[in-house]
Amino acid sequence: MSEAAEASTGGMQISDEIAIQIAGMHKWYGEFHVLKDINLTVNRGERIVICGPSGSGKSTLIRCINRLEEHQQGQIVVNDIELTNDLKNIAEIRREVGMVFQHFNLFPHLTVLDNLTLAPIWVRKTPKAQAEAEAMKYLERVKIPEQALKYPGQLSGGQQQRVAIARSLCMNPQIMLFDEPTSALDPEMIAEVLDVMVGLAESGMTMLCVTHEMGFARRVANRVIFMDEGEIIEQNEPEEFFHNPQSDRTKLFLSQILHN
Amino acid sequence: MVDSTGNETKHAPGQHPDMPPPRLSVGAVGWVRQNLFSSIPNSVLTLVSAALILYIVPGLLDWAIFSAQVDGNSRTDCTNTGACWALVRVRFNQFMFGFYPASEYWRVILAGILLLLALAYILFEHLPYRTWGLLYAALYPIIAFFLLAGGLGLEFVETDRWGGLMLTIVIGITGIAASLPIGIILALGRRSQMPIVRVLCVAFIEFIRGVPLITVLFMASVMLPLFLPEGVNFNKLLRALIGVALFSSAYMAEVIRGGLQAIPKGQYEAAQALGLSYWKMMGLIVLPQALKIVIPGIVNTFIGLFKDSTLVLIIGLFDLLGIVKAAITDANWIGLSHEAYAFAGATFWIFCFSMSRYSIWLENKLHTGHKR
Repeated sequence: MSEAAEASTGGMQISDEIAIQIAGMHKWYGEFHVLKDINLTVNRGERIVICGPSGSGKSTLIRCINRLEEHQQGQIVVNDIELTNDLKNIAEIRREVGMVFQHFNLFPHLTVLDNLTLAPIWVRKTPKAQAEAEAMKYLERVKIPEQALKYPGQLSGGQQQRVAIARSLCMNPQIMLFDEPTSALDPEMIAEVLDVMVGLAESGMTMLCVTHEMGFARRVANRVIFMDEGEIIEQNEPEEFFHNPQSDRTKLFLSQILHN
Repeated sequence: MVDSTGNETKHAPGQHPDMPPPRLSVGAVGWVRQNLFSSIPNSVLTLVSAALILYIVPGLLDWAIFSAQVDGNSRTDCTNTGACWALVRVRFNQFMFGFYPASEYWRVILAGILLLLALAYILFEHLPYRTWGLLYAALYPIIAFFLLAGGLGLEFVETDRWGGLMLTIVIGITGIAASLPIGIILALGRRSQMPIVRVLCVAFIEFIRGVPLITVLFMASVMLPLFLPEGVNFNKLLRALIGVALFSSAYMAEVIRGGLQAIPKGQYEAAQALGLSYWKMMGLIVLPQALKIVIPGIVNTFIGLFKDSTLVLIIGLFDLLGIVKAAITDANWIGLSHEAYAFAGATFWIFCFSMSRYSIWLENKLHTGHKR
């Protein structure tokens, strides 16, 4: 399947190396079985869009990958490190996996620049001057270097989300997780965030995006995964997924989100 | 020009210049209108307040200043109709230093000046040599201990002889300095996922909050020695300090817990996703925001603690209020309790009001425009 995907997305390389391997994973919230027998292998360089109705467990799935949620059964291996209760493993994985949230979650008491340099300085022990230089580089990349000394509360939603992406990138992650990055944005700001994400995909980043932006999925994803009621119902490359959905639930979901 | 509703407009669309606001909404007249006479109830309240001020203030000023006297060496010298500040003047040193030997007053004064310097470095960010200043502030308790208690060539002064405002400040500052860090630890412990830590913190907080400070002080001064082995006897002031510090840290913990609860879950998740450890997440992300939110509550606890220090009177320590009370029972000065209490009250007010103003200043300084 990865061959076909490569053909459809042109120059973006997908390697044979495995970035994330999830096998037979289950998760419960109390009595509620939220993720059921998840099996998913992500190669380095893949760009995966996860969609599905609300409550289908898609956010929970990607939050399990950096252990913001704990799974109770099965195996998750990220960068050849298995996620267990071992705090050292968790810390190691979190250093390599960036995450962007629906509500940005910038640190409101710090300037944009301090938001970006905090983790490199305190987690990676990067010297301050070097961390700031790199932070400015990433702010250029998300096109808001002039906001470096402002506080998050002074920025628009779209700008905040771009800062949040830059903040994750400052840790030089190998994998990026996006949890509905555009759902909390005003319509005119969605494009500026998606542009940054497209640029990131073109640079070869391994990405897992929970999103309903089907235009984005068509443009950059090499695989689209549809989830419902805690299960992966089907997955395919975008063209096939949108034009030839297999299951009835996928057809219903697509008809609901595509007609508006 | 004519707009769509048919009204004549003077400016083309998009060309409207900025204009000054109507005269009555700005300036002194505008302020008075908006703040004092904006509605009928407001106007009534303004007039009633003005009447009350006119009724009370002249009499008060007359008593405290215009008809007051400062001279005199006993009650019988007080001949004026107003306040007789002679008591405060004669006993001033005692009110400030308690029974500290007069020849050693300079040590207390020096400690006070050094305290102001240490406080300046802790409270204000933009002083020169701040790193050294903070190091000095961290060492200040040791310096102050030797200055006040003696040692290193200085004459020893038993803590029994400490008293007055000096003792109030010693208890207040120690309580404040100890209760904030202990309170933070207790608040974090109470929200910890480790059951033993949580249970211990909850038990401590609920026990201390459940008993009056007087009880804690009594226990510290009377019951504690019963549990200690024969011959082990530590200082009464130290016991009071520990009692006050533990008492206020329990309250502080609950104030800080309120701040911790106000921090959205997303802040914790963002910090964790970036790979920050628990202590870095708390120290760099959560506590700076949580403490900022609860500055009013923290300062409220500080002020309460500062005033509660007067309760050490019941275990035989003479703080400012204690020594004032002792002075007015002096047969020479019978009947001058108004002046003495007014002095003590004014002194406490100055300290508490300063704390209050500092907290307001700090809140404004830390405001980064993220409130909506």
